[in-house]
This record gives sequence, C-alpha cells and structure tokens, in this order.
Amino acid sequence: MIDVSATLRRWARELVAHIDFPLLLITAAIMGVGLATVYSATYDSTHRMMSQAANMGIALVVMWFVSRLPPQKLMSFAIPLYLIGLILLVAVFLFGIKVNGAKRWLSLGFTRIQPSEIMKIAMPLMLAWYFQKYEATLRARHFVVAAMLLLVPFALIAKQPDLGTALLVGGAGFYVIFFAGLPWKVMFGLGAAGAAAAPFLWHMLHDYQRKRILTLLDPTTDPLGAGYHIIQATIAIGSGGAFGKGYLNGTQTHLEFIPEKHTDFIFAVYSEEWGLIGNATLVFLYTLLIARGFMIAAAAPTLFSRLLAGAITLGFFTYAFINMGMVSGILPVVGVPLPFMSYGGTALVTLFLGIGILMSIHTHRMLVKK
Amino acid sequence: MGDFHNPDSDHDRFRFRLGIATLAVLLAFGILIGRFVWLQVIQHDFYRTRAEDNRIALIPIVPNRGIITDRNGVVMARNYSAFTLEITPSQVGSLEETIDGLAEVIDIQPKDRKRFKRLMDEAKNFESIPIRTRLSDEEVARFAAQRYRFPGVEVKARLFRQYPLGSVGSHAIGYIGRITDRDLKWIEEAEQQANYKGTDHIGKTGLEQHYEFELHGQTGYEEVEIDAGGRALRSLKRIPPVSGNNLQLTLDAKLQEITEQAFGDRKGSLVAIDPNTGGILALVSNPTYDPNLFVDGITPDNWKELNEHPSKPMVNRAINGAYPPGSTFKPFMALAALEMGKRTPNQAISDPGYFNFGNHQFRDDKKGGHGMVDMYKSIVHSCDTYYYILANDMGIDNIARFMGQFGLGQRTGVDLGKDDSGESKGILPSPEWKKQRFKKPEQQKWYSGETISIGIGQGYNAYTPIQLASATATLANNGVMFRPHLVNQIVDAKTGETRAVEPQPLRDLKLKPQNVEAIRRAMVGVNKEGTGARAFAGAPYEVAGKTGTAQVFSLKGAQYKESAVKKELRDHALFIAFAPADKPKIALAVLVENGGFGAQSAAPIARMVLDYYLLGKLPNGAAKDDTSAVEDDHEE
Repeated sequence: MIDVSATLRRWARELVAHIDFPLLLITAAIMGVGLATVYSATYDSTHRMMSQAANMGIALVVMWFVSRLPPQKLMSFAIPLYLIGLILLVAVFLFGIKVNGAKRWLSLGFTRIQPSEIMKIAMPLMLAWYFQKYEATLRARHFVVAAMLLLVPFALIAKQPDLGTALLVGGAGFYVIFFAGLPWKVMFGLGAAGAAAAPFLWHMLHDYQRKRILTLLDPTTDPLGAGYHIIQATIAIGSGGAFGKGYLNGTQTHLEFIPEKHTDFIFAVYSEEWGLIGNATLVFLYTLLIARGFMIAAAAPTLFSRLLAGAITLGFFTYAFINMGMVSGILPVVGVPLPFMSYGGTALVTLFLGIGILMSIHTHRMLVKK
Repeated sequence: MGDFHNPDSDHDRFRFRLGIATLAVLLAFGILIGRFVWLQVIQHDFYRTRAEDNRIALIPIVPNRGIITDRNGVVMARNYSAFTLEITPSQVGSLEETIDGLAEVIDIQPKDRKRFKRLMDEAKNFESIPIRTRLSDEEVARFAAQRYRFPGVEVKARLFRQYPLGSVGSHAIGYIGRITDRDLKWIEEAEQQANYKGTDHIGKTGLEQHYEFELHGQTGYEEVEIDAGGRALRSLKRIPPVSGNNLQLTLDAKLQEITEQAFGDRKGSLVAIDPNTGGILALVSNPTYDPNLFVDGITPDNWKELNEHPSKPMVNRAINGAYPPGSTFKPFMALAALEMGKRTPNQAISDPGYFNFGNHQFRDDKKGGHGMVDMYKSIVHSCDTYYYILANDMGIDNIARFMGQFGLGQRTGVDLGKDDSGESKGILPSPEWKKQRFKKPEQQKWYSGETISIGIGQGYNAYTPIQLASATATLANNGVMFRPHLVNQIVDAKTGETRAVEPQPLRDLKLKPQNVEAIRRAMVGVNKEGTGARAFAGAPYEVAGKTGTAQVFSLKGAQYKESAVKKELRDHALFIAFAPADKPKIALAVLVENGGFGAQSAAPIARMVLDYYLLGKLPNGAAKDDTSAVEDDHEE
C-alpha cells in the first residue's frame, strides 16, 4: 500500500518549495486592493475584474515556473534573451507598426508584441551576468561596456517614442551598474553633465513629450487634453480627504471624470475612495515589498543574484513611484502602470517574472556553494 | 577608482549601496506622502469644492463642419442649425416619467422614443441625448414655459448636416453619422480624442470620411458654473471653436446630375476626369441613395431597404466594382505593341474569323472574319483575331508590365473613404498574380492559352471604372498621369487660404508621340466609321473612343443571343472616350451592368455627358438604348 497522505504531503511540499511566502503575501495584498479598485473603476460590469483575475492566475503560474529555475539557469538566459530583445527592438525600428503615432509594436500576423517589455527583464539580467563574468577582474572599461549595453536598447525604445518604458528599462540597467559599484565621482559627474545638457535634451524631445512637461507645470493650458487628466486626477485625490469617500462612492470616478481609470490612473480612483489612510497603507505595502526584495538581495550568495535582486526590487519601486507621482501631479504623464494594481495582462506577467526571479534567488541560496 | 576585486569588500560595498537605495526609496515615498497630505488634508476643502463644482465644468463647443462645394461653387454639403430637446439621463430621476411628461408639452412619437433608447445604449450616462430633433419655434417656446418641471432636460441648438442635392453625387460626397466604437478607435489612432469631445457625428464614407480631420475643425470650450439642477448659471470663460476647412471639388454637380439621369434605372458607373489635372468631373455609381437619411440616424426600415435591395445602391461601383474591360482594352494593347516594337501601324494580318492555338479555336465575333486587318481597322471594327495573335506574340509578362504603368490592377488612391482599403484593386493578370491567387500547384501555373483571351480584355482581367477612366485620361494626356482626385483645394474658412490637393503629376510614361497619335486616330475612327459611329452621329466635336462588351456568362460554343439570356446574365456594356480628340478636356469610362453591347447602351450615355460638358446641351430624360446598334455592329 502506498501511503496516500504522505505522498500528497510530499507533493504539496514540492509545490511550494520555491515560494517565498512573505513576497507572495505582500503582492497578494496589493493585488486584492487592485481587483477591488478595478471593480469600482468599471462599476457597471464585473467583466474587467474577472479578466484581471484571470491575468493574475496566468502571472502566478509564470512566477511559479520561474521560481523553480536555479539562478545558474537564469544566467544562461541572459545573453539569448538580451539578443532576442535587441533584435526585436531593431525590427520594431525598421518594420514596427504605428499606433498613436508611436512605433512600439511588432506584428506577428495573428498577434502583435511589444518587444520593449522583454527588455525590462532582459536588461538587468544581461548586466548582472556581465558583472558576474568579470567579477574578479573588474576595471573601469567594464563600466563603459555596461553603459553601452544599457544605452543601445534605451535609445531604441526612447526613439519609438516611449519615454516611460525607456526610463524603466534604463533604470533597471542603471541600478545594476550602481550596485556593481559605479564610483560616486562618476555618478555625480554624470548628474552634473545631465543637468548641463538639459536644455539640449529639451530640444530632442517630441512635441507631445514637451507638451506633457509643460502641462505638468501648468495644467490649465490644455484643459480638454492632457491637462485634463492631471486636473481631474488631482481633484479626485484631493477631494478624497483623510478618510476617503468610501468604496464605490468616488464621484470623480463614477461621473467619468477620470481618464484611463482602470489602467494608468487607477491610483486616482483608489485614492478618492480611501483617502490619505488608504494611500499610506498602499505606500506601506510597497515599502514592505521593497524591503523584502532588499533582504533577498543582501542575503544572495553570488554577485549575479545580488545585483539582479537589487535591480528588480528597485524596478518595482520605480514603477510605483513614477505612477503615483504622475497621477498626483508631481511627475509628467508617462505611460507607466501602477504595479500589481493597474489592469493589464502583459505588465502583470512581467512583474511576476521579477517576483519569480526574486523567489528563485532566495530559495536556491543554500544550494550554491561559494 | 578603488579596489575592484576584493570579494568581501565588494559585498560590503553592495550592502552599503543597498542602504543608500533604501534611504532613496524612503525619501521618495516620503515626498509622495507629503504630496498626499498637501492634497488631501491641507488643500482638501479646495478640492472638495472643485469635485462638487465638477458636475459639469467644461462644455465643449463643437466647431462648424466645413462645407463642400463643387467646382462652380454649388453647395453639396452644408450645415443648418436646429433646436433639439435633450435629456441627460444621469440628472433625471425616472426616465419614463420624464418622457411621458415631455410628451404632454411636445409631440414625441414612438419612433423618437425608440431612437432615444438606442442612442442611450451607445452613449455614456452623463451625456445629453436628443429625444426630439428639429423643434419648431413654437415648441421651443412651449417647453421654455414649462422648463421648471424638467430638471436635466434642455433645449440645445445643434448643427445638422444637410446634402441639398439629395442623392446627386452621394457616392462621392458620402455622409456623416453618429460616432460608433470603431470610429472612436480611429479618433484615438489619430490622437484627436480631446478635439472630439462634444462631437457626435463623423464622416462614414466618401469625401466626408476621407477629409474628416480637415472638415471637423478645432473644438472650443466654455467654462460654465452649474447649479444643482444641472442648469448653467454663468459663463466663466469661452474659447471659441475654429470652423473646419471647406472643400472645393473638381466635380461638376450639374454634369454629375445629368449623368445620373442619363443612367435612368440602369445599374452601372461612369467616371469622368479632366486629363490635364486628374480632377474628377463626375463620379457616378447607379443606383444611388439619399445621404440625408443617415444624418439623424437612419431608421432600421430605410437601412434594410438600402442594404438588401438587389441592385445594391450602397455599393460604390466606381471604385468597388471590378469588371472585365472587354474591347476597351484593345487601344492599350495596340499602344503596347507600338511602344515595344511588336507591330507597326500598317502591318496587317489576314483574319479568317478565328485563331487556332494548340487544339483550341479562339473565335472572332464576326463570322468569316474581317479580311485584311491593320491596326487602325483592328480598333475601329474591334477585330478580335488581331489581338489574339498580338497577345500571343507579346506574352503575358509584357502585357502585365505595360498595363501596370497605367495603374490598371492597382488602387488609384482616389480621395474617398478613410484609407484606400475601401477601393478595389481589380485584377491585372500575370503569372505572379495567379501564384498568389490560387493555392493548388496545378492552378498556380500560367498557361500560354490564357494569355490569348487577355488580349481582348476578357479572361482574368478585371478593373474598376475609375481605373479605366484614369487609364483613358492618361492616354488622352499623352502618358502624363495624375492621381484621380475629387478635391481641387482645401479652403480655410476664416482666412480663405487655399491648399491644392494634387497639383503634381504622378508620373510620365514617356510614350512616343507618334504612337499615341496612331491610337488617337483609330479611336476617332471608332466614332466616325466604326462601332461608335451611330452614337456620335452628328457630333460637332471630334471624339476618340472605344466600345467594349464584358462577358458575364460564357456560352460554350453557342452564338450569344441577347433575348435568350436572362437580364442578370447579359453582358456588361463599356465605353471609354476622350474629347475633343486633339486637345482633350474630358476623359471618361462608362459601364452599364447587363447593358449588352457597349455601342448599344454605354456609348449613348457618353454622348449625353460630352454634349453637356463640351456644348452645354441639356438632355431630356435618360439615355435610350440604341437597339439597332446590335444588328448593325456585331463586332466587338
């Protein structure tokens, strides 16, 4: 006789062997808030909420698979994934299809893909691999090569133009370089040079990008267009007050004043209904997520896994900060969703790829011999 | 640069940098919380008031849509202002009660209720939706007196689109209709969302659709203070809208009207082009429809009738119907032969009435043949055998290459519809085309026997009337080709500044003048002593032309006898022409579906059009079929 319960128990253990429960609980909490807010934002139907729940299911499966891959395996993906991403970006540059005046998509006939999404993971993976490879012989020139690896995809994405994604990809890459020990002198030098070059960069921006920045400074210049988004989102947040108007009671949301209310501007919906208390809770949840990510990075045994975990975690922070900043009117409107909250399958899968990688790094740390 | 390769100090530095990153994260989140405190606590009262004021703060002011006039200033599409009674469902307690109450004051028919329901399903809750359009002054006054009873209901002045000529030119002008989900996508792709706030109509077909973003104009807005009942108390600020641009067409509305009348109840199409500019003078697809039916939202009954009618009035045959060109293909074949040196004008063949290829006999329409036939005679009497042999000598690749230059088998890019996907490509047969068209290898192969019927415009050949007209215009203009277009210039409504749409030729085919002259002479002969002679008897101007007949139904072995064949299976009649022959001012292609021989029904229509355009002569009634043409001139 086979001991059925023992077998089941073994299976169950195996199933969760590479799951990091603190991470899972924190993301589940944020996603729960997200689902409830998607429902409120698309009040009259549960359709979006159900389809977002389905997206979450898919994303969790992706996370489970990735968490089971040991970091060495992840390392072996670094070059192919980066090269595929790069080739696809060049393909977008040459043959991409234009939507809303921007070339971001590649048509595969039956569906279309946005290759810049791949780079969000491929970039930190590649750079972490690169620094791992030259760990023992690291020289200044390696930072130069790393910068090149970063800048080429960044330029291709910025050229599409998709400044939001370019910043996220560029950020993810920069974080790896930062954690790898980019000298402070260089960093401050670059910062100073960037500030000096700002007027030139201004001229390189597209008209609509410039308009977004100007609109941020004075939303009333374009009250029917982009300024409208900022004005209405700010009113939603401000009118929410300390305790919010209550779930499903946001007037800004339900009178349809908030644009993109279940995607990029979902934070305005949440903030109107839950107020400052709700905002503080959400920011606290993101802080917990980042704290757990940094703990995993600090405990990671190899340079590769340290850099990767640190960069991915800071990536989550960048998403959250840029989104909440733009919705509350302190950053220009760039198309960045609120992580684990905004409606949308692709972004969710990318995010959980990141979570899966963090889990893999953490649950495989004992197996790696120094 | 420090020590790069001490693993322990590396790890320490990493942890130090993690600490720095943690501080940065906390600082950034702190800034966010600070911003939230500012908005939600310190500024809360301000924003609470704004949110309450927000019930309706910005009212878009829809700009006047540009008007469309023909080449002589005759108005073909304009706007008129009328009062509508509108309900904002979100501000009304019970919709049923409100509408019942309104019905006591103003005449509201069941069909108005039905339309309101339909519009409400499509619209968002906070939009105001018309329950009645075109209120009389008396009705407006009556409602004003009772207005206090109906919060959330208001009288609005709205602009309506009107097509004063009714069905004349409807396939060119198109129409506007209410914005649907698919239109919204289009607006988003054009990044026009902000500009379409408040706009509820959009171009659906024709010029109205092609020039949508020219015609629409720039939306203005008014900041209005609103009371709890949803009524505007006072205007705070007003940015006026900018009217859309006007379109001045190359089309001649009178010519268009006369041409449509000439068709009578025959199905078909005529496209007339000024060969010197590519400007379209008339674009007819018959039967036609009244675009005014669509403006207010077409009733289901009208829609059903238009859509399901067997003669398909909603199909624009001029750009969507692809027909074999029949013998109108022959002048182009002859020109190809001259340009490639495959024939000289005087080179003659002996026509026994058939051409044998392999074990198949290709027959000429004239029993016993035409005798000795040179190029002139081959066009004037439309000799098939001449072109069977010519096609065989030239080969399919040469034919396809030459005809392709004239734009045959390609979209012309005429300025109708959203993009050129509304236009049919037609078929310019070639081995490559066949390879793409068919799946099975045995069907993909090109047989040299297939080339032979291509030579007389049959076989796979299929072109739209606009392609044929454009090719004829190109021939008339000695090979200098323009893109056919309906809009001459776009006119800024305010400043009067104009912008020409297609001032430059598309290409020059570099035809040899003596070759074009030989074809022109033969085409003039068609209307003097050939198949078109009866239709153009007594014309005081010289016309170059060619008749054609396209087989709809192939009769194997039997002689085609019109009376024996059902009307839907009768041949299509075609005619191409340009005039005056020496200095052409107009080039055209006519197609009459199931019209029988080209000389019989298509050429008389062309005669009427040319008589009006060149002489100003007005016809009376529709063109009549020249039935005697059938007996006399069998050969096509």
